[in-house]
Amino acid sequence: MKIEVREQPFEPWTEVAAYERKALKPGACGAAAVFVGTMRDMSGDDRVQAMRLEHYAGMTEKHLARIAEEAMRRWPVNDALILHRVGDLKPGDPIVLVAAWSAHRADAFAACRFLIEDLKSRAPFWKKEQLEAGVRWVEENTPG
Amino acid sequence: MRVKVKFLASLAERFGRREVDVNAAAGVTAEQVWAQVTGGAAMPPNTLVAINKEYAGRGKSLADGDEVAFFPPVTGG
Repeated sequence: MKIEVREQPFEPWTEVAAYERKALKPGACGAAAVFVGTMRDMSGDDRVQAMRLEHYAGMTEKHLARIAEEAMRRWPVNDALILHRVGDLKPGDPIVLVAAWSAHRADAFAACRFLIEDLKSRAPFWKKEQLEAGVRWVEENTPG
Repeated sequence: MRVKVKFLASLAERFGRREVDVNAAAGVTAEQVWAQVTGGAAMPPNTLVAINKEYAGRGKSLADGDEVAFFPPVTGG
């Protein structure tokens, strides 16, 4: 299991491949479910030029570790990876990577879905958008 | 007793500070500390509270050395 909050940009597919090589036993998992969230250039009707992501250091990592452990208890998941950006982002930058590995796809999908939904509704991150007209805090996440 | 109060995201901007150490009465609740530190500002109804980096109700009592954080709804992912 790996939880990381990172200031620098990351490439999610490289991260998944590197983690698989490092942490997973070849042949043990028949399924990997991966979610990647990427910054969009539009928010409602407004064009977004950039975004700043803040978090509550310490609480974030604690919360993400707890939900990863919960996912591994609730489903027969072999491993889980959560990587989340903070700092200054541009449209197209990956924001979050969530991956869950299991013997079969149903458990991998369920665990991955649980992790991203809990992260979006409970993990202490906040987005501040830079629009042409100025800056604004995002006040709520999209429902799905 | 001593309590560390943190404001995050838009609340840090609103109050112009991220962290303040305060002297508080024994048994004080999170929302009472909010009132003490903000000069009696109304807490926005959607404000979330964490004590020692765990979600908590705003009516929960604090202990000496606790860290209480106030923040708006989260928007990560």
